Amino acid sequence: MARHSLQRLLGLIPTLLMLITVAFLLMRVAPGGPFDSDKLLPPDIEANLNAKYHLDESLPQQYFRYLGQVAVLDFGPSIQYKDWTVRELIAQGIPVSSTIGLAAMLLAFVLGTTLGITAALKQNTRADYLLMGVGMLGISIPNFVIAPILILLLAVYAGWLPAGGWDWGIASMVLPVVTLSLPVTAYIARLTRASMIEVMHSNFIRSARAKGLPESLIIRRHALRPALLPVISFLGPATAAMISGSVVIERIFSIPGLGSYFVQGALNRDYTLVMGVVIFYGVAIIVLNFLVDLVYAWLNPRVRYDQNR
Amino acid sequence: MTKIADIQAIDPFEAALGVSDVKGRSPWEDAWHRLLKNRAAVYSAFIMAFIILLVVFGPMLISWESDFTDWDYTSTPPSFASGHWFGTDSVGRDILVRTLEGGRISLMVGLVATIVSLLIGVSYGAIAGYFGGVADRVMMRVVDIIYALPFMFFVILLMVVFGRHIVLIFVAIGAINWLDMARIVRGQTLSLKNAEFIVAAKACGVGDWDIIRRHIIPNLLGLVMVYVTLIIPQVILIESFLSFLGLGVQEPMSSWGALVADGAQDMESAPWTLIVPSVFLTVTLYCFNFIGDGLRDALDPKDRL
Repeated sequence: MARHSLQRLLGLIPTLLMLITVAFLLMRVAPGGPFDSDKLLPPDIEANLNAKYHLDESLPQQYFRYLGQVAVLDFGPSIQYKDWTVRELIAQGIPVSSTIGLAAMLLAFVLGTTLGITAALKQNTRADYLLMGVGMLGISIPNFVIAPILILLLAVYAGWLPAGGWDWGIASMVLPVVTLSLPVTAYIARLTRASMIEVMHSNFIRSARAKGLPESLIIRRHALRPALLPVISFLGPATAAMISGSVVIERIFSIPGLGSYFVQGALNRDYTLVMGVVIFYGVAIIVLNFLVDLVYAWLNPRVRYDQNR
Repeated sequence: MTKIADIQAIDPFEAALGVSDVKGRSPWEDAWHRLLKNRAAVYSAFIMAFIILLVVFGPMLISWESDFTDWDYTSTPPSFASGHWFGTDSVGRDILVRTLEGGRISLMVGLVATIVSLLIGVSYGAIAGYFGGVADRVMMRVVDIIYALPFMFFVILLMVVFGRHIVLIFVAIGAINWLDMARIVRGQTLSLKNAEFIVAAKACGVGDWDIIRRHIIPNLLGLVMVYVTLIIPQVILIESFLSFLGLGVQEPMSSWGALVADGAQDMESAPWTLIVPSVFLTVTLYCFNFIGDGLRDALDPKDRL
């Protein structure tokens, strides 16, 4: 188990390097420097500015300097928000974004697995078809379509919930969290159904039945864990999906999270901000994937014991 | 290992059916029959064909131009009287024409970007699978590394750095979507090289060319087809995601994502501007997903439950 973790941890390094290198190179090939403006700067001032931001160094020097900065999460000043560094902006967005993300992930996991197991146990009945039809709808309707429609129905027409904004109250969280979790919930439900059906047809379930165990006990004690394994390994991609979903959701509901800064930065061509957030997202996804992998290995005896041999 | 009794049983069977010769079915015919039995997939295919016809020919049949501003009817709800069957937006442009023309862009992005990812993915995967060994390991490791990167954000980064251009959208989306295809094609090539049924076909005296034509190509093709139908909606979704954020296609061009974004702005006063493009986009994605699922069930026996 420890060796497995260490191997996986070392495997992260090339991915992280690739992420940072691509970001760095894109930043360098971007047309126009950071100090381009309508007014031409006197050459002395421009030289001073370049020296201050180390733009007069050679490319490899700049690259290693950038690596060092990224290691301490220093992404430099934001171009658009004059008095802010990118790190400060990211730090401001994280609490909001992670609250929404965690709540949505929890909802998706609980609801998705429950629905999936229900559908699997009632396989090929009307309930199953209904659940899976709705599930397909959940996968097919994009976040940015369902969100305005829900706002229209529940906020504008019914007036039950606020149409947007963020005050850390439950009411302002409901719509963003639900819309963010919908596609992932639907996907988890489909995944759980398929794996649950497969598990329920396997030999060890037949033996458990032959022993005369009650069905509820078989499901809880024997079927649940192997059936949930594919769901666990999906949690990594689910995180990535949630993060890109949150960009849209935060924009629609005008929530001051990381995604809002990212889109605003992208629209204003704020290179440093966009780059910083991309690297941050990348690292977050890579690290979460790694954690999911560890949980998976810990839950799955086949991986656990293979590594010890 | 056919028993003689089985062979003898065919004659009475043929007689009972009233045909002189029972014909075998090719794997393709089998798959076709399985697909036709999947009602969701068949209906989806019909609806999709209808949408494609509508998007391609619709704008020619409707008398409104997509950029014509009808000042007498701004933000008009759908009605036959005004001639704007699906209403107009806040500057009086006909929603139906705009949606259909936006659909051209959305579907075209879907098709072109999918072809880009198909070309990269199939050749990369086939090379890795065919050569195997060190080349395979290195190539697949590269795929693993790229796979872990948040690609949606790299597309946005590309848009930010190089400006928004429609060709860039095609290329960027295609270039991020080939990883799945490469993995699948590689795995399939690897397992096909030594598969038992290939050995069995050889043992039965089938020639190399016939093995390739009847067994290897259909086996790759089926999977590639399945993933093409699954990649198209993904690509359409990514494009509309970008356009929704204002990072995709630019005015006067439009796509379903951009129209949904416009509609979301005006939804309180003119909900139809949101609903019409949303319905087109959703139905399209829904249909492609069902067709892809149906194809997978029909063509990939391993996944069938």
